[in-house]
Amino acid sequence: MELFTYARAASPADAIKAAAAASTAQQGAEVRFVAGGTTLLDLMKLDVERPSRVIDINHLPLAQIERMPGGGLGIGALVRNADLANHADVKQGYPLLSQALLSGASGQLRNMATTGGNLLQRTRCVYFRDTDTPCNKRQPGSGCSAIDGFNRTMAVLGTSEQCIASNPSDMNVALTALEAAVVIRGIGGERQVPIGDFFLLPGDTPDRETVMMPGDLITHVILPPPQDGARSHYLKLRDRASYEFALASAAVVLATDKGAIRHARVALGGVGTRPWRSPEAERVLLGKPATPATFAAAAAAALRDAKPQSQNGFKVELAKRCLINALTTVAA
Amino acid sequence: MTSNEFTRRDMLTVAAAGTGALAGGSFPMTPAAAAPAKEGPESMPTLMDLSLSVNGKKHRLSLDPRTTLLDALREYLHLTGTKKGCDHGQCGACTVHVDGRRVNSCLKLAVMAEGAEVTTIEGLGDPDRLHPMQQAFVEHDGYQCGYCTSGQIMSAVAMMKEPWGSDDADIREAMSGNICRCGAYQNILAAIRQVRHG
Repeated sequence: MELFTYARAASPADAIKAAAAASTAQQGAEVRFVAGGTTLLDLMKLDVERPSRVIDINHLPLAQIERMPGGGLGIGALVRNADLANHADVKQGYPLLSQALLSGASGQLRNMATTGGNLLQRTRCVYFRDTDTPCNKRQPGSGCSAIDGFNRTMAVLGTSEQCIASNPSDMNVALTALEAAVVIRGIGGERQVPIGDFFLLPGDTPDRETVMMPGDLITHVILPPPQDGARSHYLKLRDRASYEFALASAAVVLATDKGAIRHARVALGGVGTRPWRSPEAERVLLGKPATPATFAAAAAAALRDAKPQSQNGFKVELAKRCLINALTTVAA
Repeated sequence: MTSNEFTRRDMLTVAAAGTGALAGGSFPMTPAAAAPAKEGPESMPTLMDLSLSVNGKKHRLSLDPRTTLLDALREYLHLTGTKKGCDHGQCGACTVHVDGRRVNSCLKLAVMAEGAEVTTIEGLGDPDRLHPMQQAFVEHDGYQCGYCTSGQIMSAVAMMKEPWGSDDADIREAMSGNICRCGAYQNILAAIRQVRHG
């Protein structure tokens, strides 16, 4: 681990000011906020992250869950994953989010990991984590080792010639289906970014993963009011029954009216370079009867543009079946 | 060692220089800015003074900021009951309680734990007065080599206060962050079941 200086931020403004001195908030950032530390410390030990300043934000007043005027939920960036998953309002209004959180990591990690930190969770690509190998995400221009290497767990959607790394988060898949917004405070003030705009596709700059700029501090995540009469489900498929990242997962929100689907939100995990919203699947579902044929058509649409690599072709079929199964569960 | 090699005398010098910056514990702190960066073998970590509360006892330490809570417990406080397995939050051997909640001490900087109450396996019970969970692990032979055991027990004790269901499947899920290489899971499950259900 590289040497760094450590400081506790006394206020969001202090944290923002300190982080604004960095040249980037993306890969290679010289200043990093630490909250749970479950991603950052892991990557610092691997020398993938080498900040010269670590700002501890754990003592900022951002650990509350509050009901918003109009029925939504405001989640402080420092709310721990375990507390979010077990919060009565989340279990009641957003069981999808609770399911996704509890399917990720372990009891210990969920006690540490925060809402803001989970949004910024990094890929589990073995080459990203290994500084002895080329990786365009870690070292732009060095090449992608995964395309011709071990890519069984990598993405099939949203990939580029430069990077096929999959986004590992479960929480973010649920937040995508729930159309959450990320509240970011920075040197220019505060802004709300819809979660669909928060994550960037790798393209030619896989080192840039989000819209975060130097000084930006995630302060909250806002959930819109639950959709009237909708049911939701998160299904995660993986190599082990517990404590493992998704090979494929599906977050679905569905509401029907007289047998026809009137509201559908579909997001996939484990298969995309970012939490993968599928407007293609949603278009297929809307207005159709909630039948196996409709679900199969939606799954086919969701994976139509999939680009499998040498070892992860199985994910295309797995993701389809995962989505069909999740849709079948909510429609039952 | 490479560029971080330093003598004990160097350490003490730097510790003295860095003390004021650390003790305040509030932002902005600039311990490294105060110690000008040097190239080569003279480059050395700036130590931080901090206080850790472990098993009800306060300890004052001077640590490299990179020191994890796990390393502080084992190497500086000599509480070696907490084990280092993977050092990346994947095995659970390092599980301790921070303010009553189970965490992986390998993924937390020691300095981040300042102001919190840390409990290790040594604080749970002792050979003459075992914690009920320790007693249950003994009775059910919930280990083989024993390396994961303190982490298993710390995790098991903490999960009692978490909102889990009452089935064996719930116990297995709640304990999935603690890996046992020997595969003593059946007996670990039996021990936890006994404490949960009496």
